[in-house]
Amino acid sequence: MAQLNDDTLTRAGLEASVETGRVLLIACGALAREIIDLKESNGWDHMAITCLPAILHNSPQDIPAAVRHAVEKHRADFDQIFVVYADCGTGGQLQRVCDELGVKMVPGPHCYSFFEGNDRFAAKSDTEFTAFYLTDFLVRQFEAFVIKPLGLDRYPELRDTYFGHYEKLVYQAQTIDTALEEKARACAAQLGLAYEYRFTGYGDLETTLTGVARS
Amino acid sequence: MSDEEDLILSELNDEELVEQMYDDLYDGLKDELEEGVQILLDRGWAPYKVLTEALVGGMTIVGNDFRDGILFVPEVLMAAGAMKGGMAILKPLLVETGAPRAGRMVIGTVKGDIHDIGQNLVTMMMEGAGFEVKNIGINNPVESYLDAAKEFEADIIGMSALLTTTMPYMKIVIDTMKEQGLRDDYIVLVGGAPLNEEFGKAIGADAYCRDAAVAVETAKSLMARKHNQLTA
Repeated sequence: MAQLNDDTLTRAGLEASVETGRVLLIACGALAREIIDLKESNGWDHMAITCLPAILHNSPQDIPAAVRHAVEKHRADFDQIFVVYADCGTGGQLQRVCDELGVKMVPGPHCYSFFEGNDRFAAKSDTEFTAFYLTDFLVRQFEAFVIKPLGLDRYPELRDTYFGHYEKLVYQAQTIDTALEEKARACAAQLGLAYEYRFTGYGDLETTLTGVARS
Repeated sequence: MSDEEDLILSELNDEELVEQMYDDLYDGLKDELEEGVQILLDRGWAPYKVLTEALVGGMTIVGNDFRDGILFVPEVLMAAGAMKGGMAILKPLLVETGAPRAGRMVIGTVKGDIHDIGQNLVTMMMEGAGFEVKNIGINNPVESYLDAAKEFEADIIGMSALLTTTMPYMKIVIDTMKEQGLRDDYIVLVGGAPLNEEFGKAIGADAYCRDAAVAVETAKSLMARKHNQLTA
């Protein structure tokens, strides 16, 4: 897999791997490793990828405009653009922008859902709304996405204000990595939550991108 | 906004003390703020005056700086925690002294959603603005809203959601109100990160409120309009 830096994916994203081509995937930086792994293992050489800063996850209201900018920047250079975001807390605004621009995006509410499989995730919604989810990327970048933005490094007393109603942390693992699992367990302890490990693999991300690759 | 040197709050005159309380609120210093509240009360300030001039005045600065991107959520929560401490002293006194009441509100997070930070801030700011608020917490089905609103004799129902997947439940609550002929009995305000004004209109709410300060201003404005309609 290409050399990727998580801090760079969080703050700056990833430039397009080629300047022109048939298909461009405009993705969240938090999905870069997974998409590149799928691309390399499936030989999807006709697909290029560019990523927006993953930290947009923490300000979803900014995602639609960022995606619009990226689509407009690249659309003349590619035959097809696919947006590798789900709704991601935009309240339908990202779908609206994609419809307007004539590009498709990943179905589902967020990456936690499509990694698990949207149908399976939806089936659990009545019983699992007190779960806090982390993916591989978010475990690696826990400090950047959770601890620092929520001020828990400066005000640890706020922990229960944020997490008091949560019951468990579910680590949705995309890969088998014992070091990440240990870190996820520590994250749960830090937030005062029970811990659950759940291997998801790439879930609907893989099936969705397979569809894009074949289209 | 904090000073390095130790200040003796009781040695400050009223104006200096209120200014210092603004700073203490901004810095989330609960103990200092509570001390300031007590000093002003001991000096004969009416509880309502302490609330509006010292606490709400300070929280307005916090709200404005949050809106303008100068302060962030953790700092706002620390400030809110300090204000809550001051409010806890004032609340029973406000009841005793018959402070003006602006209206009654029931507020809660919708079914399937456990995020209550926003609604707790709204509760505090509404109380600061003279509203009586019954906060019914998280994960509320439609019956909880309607039962609480009836029992509390509410003027306003406030609904909050943080998730794209839970915000459609607000429409279920409003549609149920319509079915039961209750819709016109209440002002319905909605808020939460993934919502917007268009969504508020689409589901039939009276208003979408971007933040706690907007919720207060919107509630005051709609209450005045309701009052005018009733007296016309």
